[in-house]
Amino acid sequence: MAAADNLLTFGLNGKIVSTSAEVQCPLLYVLTDELKLQGPRYGCGLGQCGSCSVLVDGVEKRACLTPVGAISGHEVTTLEGLADFWNSQQSETSNSELSPIQAAVAEVQGLQCGYCYNGIMIKATELLLSSPKPSEAQIKQALNGHLCRCGTYPKIIAAVQLASEKIATARPLETTLTSLGGNHE
Amino acid sequence: MSESKVYVDTNLMNSILDEKLPRRDILKALLLQGIGSLVISFPLAKVTAQIAFRDPTAGPPPADEIDSWVAIHSDNTATVYLGFAELGQGALTALLQVAAEELDLEISQIKAIAPDTHLTPNQGGTFSSSAMRRGAPQVQRAAAEAREVLLRLAADYLYIPKETLQVNGGVITGKAEDNAFTTYGEIIGDRLFQESFTGTAPLKAPIDYKVVMKPIPRTDTYAKVSGKHCYIQHERLPGMLHARLVRPRGQGAYHTGVKVISVDTSSIEHLAATVIQKGSLLAVVAEREWDAVRGAAQLKVSWDRPDALPIDNQALFDSMRNASAKITKAQEKGDISTALNEAAHLIDFSGSGPYQAHAPFAPNCALASVTDKEILAICSTQDVYNTRTLLSRVLKVSPEIVRVKFSEGAGTYGHSCWDDAALAAALLSREVGRPIRLQYMRWDEHGWDYYGPAHLGQVSLGTDSDGKISAYEYVGRQHHWSLIETTEQSALNTEATEWPPFPAMQVNPLVLGGMYDIPNLQLINEHIDGRDFLRAGWLRSPLDLSFCFISEQAIDMAALANQQDPVAFRRQNISNSHWLKVLDAVTEAAKWQGSSSPEPLPEPTAAQTTSAEHQWKSGRGVGLGTHLASWGAAVADIAVNLLTGEVRILHLYGCIDCGRVINPANVENQIVGQLVQAASRMLCEEVSFNSEGVTSLDWGSYPVLRLKDSPKVTAVIINQPEAEPLGAGEEAMAATAAAIANAFAAATGKRMSHYPFTRRRVLSVLQDQA
Repeated sequence: MAAADNLLTFGLNGKIVSTSAEVQCPLLYVLTDELKLQGPRYGCGLGQCGSCSVLVDGVEKRACLTPVGAISGHEVTTLEGLADFWNSQQSETSNSELSPIQAAVAEVQGLQCGYCYNGIMIKATELLLSSPKPSEAQIKQALNGHLCRCGTYPKIIAAVQLASEKIATARPLETTLTSLGGNHE
Repeated sequence: MSESKVYVDTNLMNSILDEKLPRRDILKALLLQGIGSLVISFPLAKVTAQIAFRDPTAGPPPADEIDSWVAIHSDNTATVYLGFAELGQGALTALLQVAAEELDLEISQIKAIAPDTHLTPNQGGTFSSSAMRRGAPQVQRAAAEAREVLLRLAADYLYIPKETLQVNGGVITGKAEDNAFTTYGEIIGDRLFQESFTGTAPLKAPIDYKVVMKPIPRTDTYAKVSGKHCYIQHERLPGMLHARLVRPRGQGAYHTGVKVISVDTSSIEHLAATVIQKGSLLAVVAEREWDAVRGAAQLKVSWDRPDALPIDNQALFDSMRNASAKITKAQEKGDISTALNEAAHLIDFSGSGPYQAHAPFAPNCALASVTDKEILAICSTQDVYNTRTLLSRVLKVSPEIVRVKFSEGAGTYGHSCWDDAALAAALLSREVGRPIRLQYMRWDEHGWDYYGPAHLGQVSLGTDSDGKISAYEYVGRQHHWSLIETTEQSALNTEATEWPPFPAMQVNPLVLGGMYDIPNLQLINEHIDGRDFLRAGWLRSPLDLSFCFISEQAIDMAALANQQDPVAFRRQNISNSHWLKVLDAVTEAAKWQGSSSPEPLPEPTAAQTTSAEHQWKSGRGVGLGTHLASWGAAVADIAVNLLTGEVRILHLYGCIDCGRVINPANVENQIVGQLVQAASRMLCEEVSFNSEGVTSLDWGSYPVLRLKDSPKVTAVIINQPEAEPLGAGEEAMAATAAAIANAFAAATGKRMSHYPFTRRRVLSVLQDQA
């Protein structure tokens, strides 16, 4: 797909997308307003909270402070593409519907409103790719820039530890998707 | 009396059953596996439940008809219409459990319609931890009544006596020899019941529960972890414009409202954005969100900003002390002045609590579409019917043409800006003639919140020579909640008024001496005029943190004066079995042996060269508290750095007795959240301002607890299967605040009379009282 001259092009969850947004427009508004994604979400617009986090070439970035011009030609992964991204990073073929951190969060059952968990799961993915067995201190260090107003921090730590355990044992995911419901119209 | 006590230690990932009490199978999974590795499995029915088929019409639908509550579909699934909102607390899952239980359906066979004035019954608002206390019994009775009708119809259909019918997963069978069956879907699928909801159908006995009292995984989890959950921030209306409000950064005194002097629209002429003004309600709208965002940021406005507030927090409390007050005696028992005079030990202690913000993790968002014929508003309200009343009053239209729908945002913990946002979106939509999506910016939410009000309290407490509390007096001073939303003030210049008196705005007898057997007691409420101060609203466990922070410290001081352990002293002054149980359970879980903390001291900070023992002092405290129902207790282990004033919370234990526990995993999550949020409120949170307005406008100027500082937590749940369910959303907060304050005194020998425990404040207390 050839992009018009005035369009910016970048990779998004394994596809090539283009936008006519101005180069200084924060990536967040391109993803949410134009491309209608639900993973990255507005929280503060100041880079303080982590609710808008995405991976750019595997590195966690705050989409609210990243001008879309700066990611031209780069690969962006959002929560929607996190499982595929994880699978693509594995040496053996994997096609899990949830990445280990997503499955672990579901299994720990510790999220409340869940709004901050986009950033939590994005940041934890970055951590787990570089340190599959992080210590508690490493987890706290890595995720300290992500706020959770519901106070689920102990559950976040437990979820990252469980994800690490899942990666280490490479055991099949026990979480059955249907058992996690979706009973709300 | 059957009763189970569950200790769930999320730090240690282990669980203990009190062996003295009978086991219940329903809790075994939780007990044996521990919460961290909890995998609950149950038969999986295919989730094909359809949405409701009832046409939306102006509500509320009649509460005395089954069709207002339950719909059965031909695929043998059900829809329940819930008047309660999922605010992140798990209410949706718990209410579905209650309905599934009485209908004998699997949880996977049942869906809910979220609060909507055109579809769902008016169950009152989702506040005061009422989803279980007030909501569950209604849903339970409606589901039971629906089941009763379905069985009656099945009996006629199968020619089998109703008494012999059994239901499992919506499949109705008779005795084995009858060899006949039908299903809910076959009996009534996609047709209306057209029967009265009499409330007389028999309810299941708790001993027979299969779904209720189980830690059923939350039904919204998969959507939330996969990015498929639609928060209100993702909702869109066809043809809509994006809007951002333009307000001064940070509210001034409530009575001063919002006043525009002039607007320079040329300042954003270079953007594809339009300025909308109605009175002093000012906004920028645009086709593209980014244009609305930067338009609102760049628009040049001159505001009338009077210096009407105290200059800072210290001046605030002086102003509150000096303000004239309406003084009422909230409770009086015995002869307080004689009892205080004759006390063997007399304790006088006073303290204060700051304004604190809801600060929802996502600022509020609202969508509205307004035409002459109909108004649609979508927001994260705790009460759709109340929001409808507000819109109808301010827009001067009949409530029947207003439809308000709830859509979940981030957790809000009380009265944040949802109504304000819905009202602004509706007014803007009417001005523009197109649907509006209004997203508050971080500074809008932090700066124009309806804060939990500041409080001044003073307690006088006497004991006799046997360590019995003989006299208790509490004088509490604060203002009420604000009745007029900022949008209405801005657009219509409506005069600022306060809510009329209401229990959650006044001294609370349940926590101010209410746990203890005190023969002579007096509670004085001093209501000052809130129009001179900041806007206020209900914030999770309203005022109780301040009450218990002050009162429970006085209890500890009385224990010390009597040379008694704080737990033993409390125990000998309590006869209420609920308070005794939560106190016993939490101290048992913490292995209480006195006020020294068993937790290891933190490492010395790098900047300091002294040993940990010279830097850090640790201590352990206990506290009791609740809100308007249920019983809460907490133990805190904390460490205080004598050199830097830093306070670290090491381990918090929290216990709630909330009657029957519908979903133990939910309650456990609520306790964990309250422990951490209470720690945040005690260590970090304080609204700051100058005479012109609020200056705490983001997570930098209004810090909250971060993950690195998060304590270990232990949640303790007392389940009372035979009791009615009560609330668990806010009843451990105040006890936790008190336990942290008492732990500080145990660590340092000094008393904090104000929170949050910032380094500067801690150092000042350590030096002043030295």
